[in-house]
Amino acid sequence: MKLNLALAQISTKLGDVEANLDKHLHYIQEAQKQKADLLVFPELSLTGYVLQDLVASVAHKPTEDDPIFKRLIEASRSLDLVVGFVDEDSRHRFYIASAYLSGGKVLHVHHKVYLPTYGLFDEGRFFAWGDSIRSFDTRFGRAGMLICEDFWHASPPYLLWLDGADLMLFSSASPGRGLNDREKLESARWVERVSKAYASMFTSFVAHCNRVGFEDGLLFWGGATVNDPNGELIAQGPYFEESLTVAELDLNQLRRTRARLPLLRDERTALVQKELNRILSRG
Amino acid sequence: MVDLTINTDVARQILTAFIRSEVMRVGYSRAVINLSGGLDSALSCVLAVEALGAENVLALRLPYRASSPDSLEHAQLLIDQLHIPSETIDITPMAEPLIQRDPSISNVRKGNILARMRMIVLYDKSEVFKGLPIGTSNKTEILLGYSTLWGDMASALNPIGDLYKTQVRQLARALGVPAPIIDKPPSADLWQGQTDENELGFTYDQVDKLLYLLVDQRYSPQECIAEGFDEKFVSTVIARVRRNQFKRMMPPIAKLSNRTIGYDFLYLRDWGT
Repeated sequence: MKLNLALAQISTKLGDVEANLDKHLHYIQEAQKQKADLLVFPELSLTGYVLQDLVASVAHKPTEDDPIFKRLIEASRSLDLVVGFVDEDSRHRFYIASAYLSGGKVLHVHHKVYLPTYGLFDEGRFFAWGDSIRSFDTRFGRAGMLICEDFWHASPPYLLWLDGADLMLFSSASPGRGLNDREKLESARWVERVSKAYASMFTSFVAHCNRVGFEDGLLFWGGATVNDPNGELIAQGPYFEESLTVAELDLNQLRRTRARLPLLRDERTALVQKELNRILSRG
Repeated sequence: MVDLTINTDVARQILTAFIRSEVMRVGYSRAVINLSGGLDSALSCVLAVEALGAENVLALRLPYRASSPDSLEHAQLLIDQLHIPSETIDITPMAEPLIQRDPSISNVRKGNILARMRMIVLYDKSEVFKGLPIGTSNKTEILLGYSTLWGDMASALNPIGDLYKTQVRQLARALGVPAPIIDKPPSADLWQGQTDENELGFTYDQVDKLLYLLVDQRYSPQECIAEGFDEKFVSTVIARVRRNQFKRMMPPIAKLSNRTIGYDFLYLRDWGT
């Protein structure tokens, strides 16, 4: 089975959801022209990233009666979508969220579970922490979504793997930093290294879509990637520029790789659980 | 071994994109810049020209009667090389009445007055040319506070503020800034024979390495001394960085209400763009 996966590394208007929706619809059309089955947008793709006091005014609910989501849910009848947004729950807590839309329905919503609040980041000040990491079934098999800092920790991809995800969809708004004498920024090198590592260790497809454009002096570096279950890079978007990267994923590769390298079969989850219980129960 | 070498291709790509984005998104397409004849403004100018096009960058030469003729000449070298529009305005008649009021005026006061006169002209020409003022302060001088508040520090955006002076030199060389500008000793040219390194009491090469360890690599003062830096030099530089924090911030507002600008009214400048 083949999956045409498209990654839209877009720039956004800070706090202008309508303008960002228009850009989503534009890229949805482009992806359709290129026969994409699934199109992934970056973290907070409908709102922009450094929202600070804009958070409450840009929040939306991923439902059909929301004017923004109505359009996207409608568009998901022709191809599956992952979009980034600010989710507001019924008790008015605001989350950094990704929604997976397919066939005119919201299949899954992930709330970011790790909110970086250090260095240049201040997410914990403005957002609520997500509290679940779940895989979900799609028409291409089981998938999982993580948002930026979520995959700077090893446990969320690990949990998705154990929960059945063979396709990991990562989205980011990663500010470029760490310029030295090398060709790539340190931030880009790090993310590329871990994406490849997760694909290799979990013998899964790992796609990463990071945004581009500036917010004040922060430049988001783009550079979308897709790694296959052998940990091989099969597609890469350009740095710093808006772009649509399309990759054909041969999902049968999962079977071939795991026949050769049965890491999933051999994973000793009961041992992990036993040792975790021991470690966590040490007062 | 501290190595401050940067990949100049990546720096060039990021900084020109930054200028383009931050100028265009607020509805402008042009820039103005004070060309002192020195390295920092030369680099900012080259980056602005690459970002916006030669016809969209206005270079200002703003000499004072005591300015070195080299400064004017070197600024002209760059203007000729880049084929950009330029204006030369002698600020002596503006600055002199204020300076002459006090015969005992110090060099520092005089320097501040000249830097602020140049800021006034820069912002006035910004309105005439419909261009945003481009900053020319590097990371070394911002950290050391070696600059005039509301003078040479004033700009709408600063492409080179995260580059140490030695990195500015490296990037300027890669982008073809004329050799006489790169090779001469850095100077604010506020009085005859002034050089930055004489006035500061250390070289940029030394202080950039120390600042890189302290700021970028989060070394403790003791760790810097263990790396071979002189103890007194380390404490002098740390004191300077701390003492000049005020120059790097907007003036604090006394909080009275529930929502106060600067504390809990938080938006980026790029809000809505």
